[in-house]
Amino acid sequence: MRKFSSPRVGVLLLAAGLLLYPMLFTGPFYRDIGVTFLLAAISASAWNIVGGYAGQVSVGHSMFFGLGAYTPLLVYTLWGWPPIAGIPLGIVLSLALAVLIGLPTFRLTGHYFSMATIAVAELIRIFFGTWDLVGAAIGLQGPAVARSFWDLTFRGELPYYYIFLAVLGILLLVTATLERRRFGFYMRAIKASERAAKSLGVPVRGTKIKALALSAAFTSAAGSLYVIKTGFIDPDSGFGILISVQMVIVAALGGAGTLFGPLVGALILIPLQSATNSWFGGGGSGLTYILYGGIIVVIARFEPGGLFEMWQRVAPKLRKRFWSRAHAA
Amino acid sequence: MVFVQVIVGGLLLGAIYALFSSGLTLIWGMMNFINFAHGEFVMLGMYVALLVVTWVGGGPAIFSIAAALALFVLGVGIYVSLIRHVIRAPMLAQILSTFGLALLLRYSAFWVFSANFVSLPQTSLGGTIKLGGIFLPVAQLVAGAVAITLTLGLHFTLTYTTVGSKLLAVAEDRAAAMLMGIRPDRMQALAWGLSAGAAGIAGALMATAYPWSPSVGETFGLIAFVVVALGGFGSVLGSLYAGLIIGLIQAASAFWLGAIYKDIVVYGLFVALLWLRPQGLMGKA
Repeated sequence: MRKFSSPRVGVLLLAAGLLLYPMLFTGPFYRDIGVTFLLAAISASAWNIVGGYAGQVSVGHSMFFGLGAYTPLLVYTLWGWPPIAGIPLGIVLSLALAVLIGLPTFRLTGHYFSMATIAVAELIRIFFGTWDLVGAAIGLQGPAVARSFWDLTFRGELPYYYIFLAVLGILLLVTATLERRRFGFYMRAIKASERAAKSLGVPVRGTKIKALALSAAFTSAAGSLYVIKTGFIDPDSGFGILISVQMVIVAALGGAGTLFGPLVGALILIPLQSATNSWFGGGGSGLTYILYGGIIVVIARFEPGGLFEMWQRVAPKLRKRFWSRAHAA
Repeated sequence: MVFVQVIVGGLLLGAIYALFSSGLTLIWGMMNFINFAHGEFVMLGMYVALLVVTWVGGGPAIFSIAAALALFVLGVGIYVSLIRHVIRAPMLAQILSTFGLALLLRYSAFWVFSANFVSLPQTSLGGTIKLGGIFLPVAQLVAGAVAITLTLGLHFTLTYTTVGSKLLAVAEDRAAAMLMGIRPDRMQALAWGLSAGAAGIAGALMATAYPWSPSVGETFGLIAFVVVALGGFGSVLGSLYAGLIIGLIQAASAFWLGAIYKDIVVYGLFVALLWLRPQGLMGKA
């Protein structure tokens, strides 16, 4: 029989904790934080595929989130379909956009990609703010009461929690599988050195585009989940720069390019955000973003590998100290 | 006549775009580094001008120089405390550093100055002059002229002076420059000071003629990307031409399509450039 390795036990504990969380914390406040946490973890894990593993830093991922958020309410508003029917459409549009951005910019150095993402996200945000079909600056609204089960309009947070958890599970499973396959090695090789990867025969541009496409598809799904739960979208909550910021900071705080990094980041940041919002009151969102900016700068300056890498560096020392003390006693 | 008025207005604003974009292109050309907080430097320059006018008084010359100096110091400080440490770090750290800085500066400005639009009190540059049938606000005219002069000044400084040669030498080959007795670290700090200073004085010049709020930094940062992409990364002269062109395009699209479309057209141009000519007008691939 194989011995259980400690990471495996950790994953099982994490899964059990996430499954049981809404049972242990039944108050609406805690369940709301749980749902917010899952959404942040899904978005950041999706960003992580192209931004973390492949090292192509997108600062405009809100464009995919926003597309995924608009299409469910658009098919509802135009044709009265259940919003869930708009999810595939959002994914298709996001894939098209990913290819449109990836094809030209991935021929160039990584900076071009970053600049293009922020410019395109802003372009779409302003454009949606003027486009009457998508409700211009006012945005779109979903069904107020469920017409059938397929509207997925639930009263409590619990059903959303488990739907989101399932999506997060699928995303992590896909990422974990890719991590061990040739594609995962290609991505990390490109991140480490694009030139070296190319000289070893790694299809650089194709790998980058595939990574962006996969990332875009899941980010779009995250946007759809968000809107199915809230039932409302406008240009700022779909395409706003702060949506992109949150994905980047959550992934980078935990550890970009690691499987569970975004989860760790969300685990720290979402409760923190909820706390600062209640400390600083209604006008506190500004202070929250000052804090976000500060955290990003500190990570970049001192721990670009995020908390995950820091833990890997610090843990052996701690263990050593702990053991020596235990033996002395 | 309206047509001429639109063109002249666009060119005058474009001159200021050229000035702050030349700062961004300088950093990119020198160290292959994109500053996502550059637009925030422009925004801070505007508020420095406002603070100087309110607390110290004095004319446009005084607050413009004050903004340039304040931002020069900030630029050097940011280089020494942050940029120097991430310049050889992975791409993620490089982008995060200035991206986080942009958020920090933008939302701090929101917090300190509130989200309201402000403008400078009427300065000695008030009034308009009539020139061949078109009306020109004196403030815009002076700001545009000063901006073009300064951008050209930066270009000539880089091309014809010893300091400029040293800066370009570091950009060309850091190790070789070091062997020639140039200290790359000092030169790069100077470049950050000049870059932020250019943004600061551009902000102060713009403050004489246009109202603003803390959110303008985001727009100016993106405009600087577009100008630099059009002009060619690393070319100050390129960003002068490109700034004027972008100002013109913006004014024309605001006039014929409506004010809300002026940014859409400019960002769309950026995406088109990435497809068609990523090295820009004057850049090398």
